[in-house]
Amino acid sequence: MKLAVCIYEGPYNHEASDSAYHFIKAAIDKGHEIRGIFFYHDGVYNVTKLMEPPQDDRHIANRWSELGATGIDIVVCIAAAKRRGIVDDVLVDNVRISGLGQLTMMAIEADRMVTFGD
Amino acid sequence: MSDDIKKIMFTVRNAPHGTIYVYEGLEVKLIMAAYDADISVVFMDDGVYALKQGQNTDELGIKGFEKTYGVFVDYEIENVFVDKQSMEDRGMTVDDLLVIGEDEDTEAPIKPKVVDAAEIAAMMAEQHNIMSF
Repeated sequence: MKLAVCIYEGPYNHEASDSAYHFIKAAIDKGHEIRGIFFYHDGVYNVTKLMEPPQDDRHIANRWSELGATGIDIVVCIAAAKRRGIVDDVLVDNVRISGLGQLTMMAIEADRMVTFGD
Repeated sequence: MSDDIKKIMFTVRNAPHGTIYVYEGLEVKLIMAAYDADISVVFMDDGVYALKQGQNTDELGIKGFEKTYGVFVDYEIENVFVDKQSMEDRGMTVDDLLVIGEDEDTEAPIKPKVVDAAEIAAMMAEQHNIMSF
């Protein structure tokens, strides 16, 4: 199945980003295709390289970047990002900023769109 | 409408103020309306408060977005529904609902259509994808 994933919440404060990550890993292991990952609302904070969590904790931004390195399209909404001070300069690698049109294409092209957030 | 146009439903379940979900979610609807997708919007749970006319956010110090719903029909977002039970639970009636546009010919105001849970379930079953804001 072709899946798209939306993440609405920021890192560490909320479990959404972790749940989405584990869901995606499990889906890939099961042979599903990830059409794309879209960060919206406070979700845009998940991919800033300015974060520096304690070493014994997971590094959420790096985790997403590593997933992006496998070829999965990871998109940060530009409108949500600008509002929150997230710009190209602070993004981790393998993630891109684009518009809501990308979310639209994911919703159209994916068999299922799975949302993580309140 | 051809069969390959996908049906996408938005559900609005959060209160309009207090968090940004509903406001930023409104931006998604307006963008998505420009694409080849068959869009519908259902307001339910606390989301029905977003459709209450006469909202005033002055004292919250934030920009209100109630008036933006008035362009839905102009943006060809015509399938707009509100859950009957959610309205009743919150003491709202059709008279409380804001206008989402006007009829092209008669200029009569168009309001969201009140539906029950069974009708919403039937519509949901037909969707390609459902997004919640």
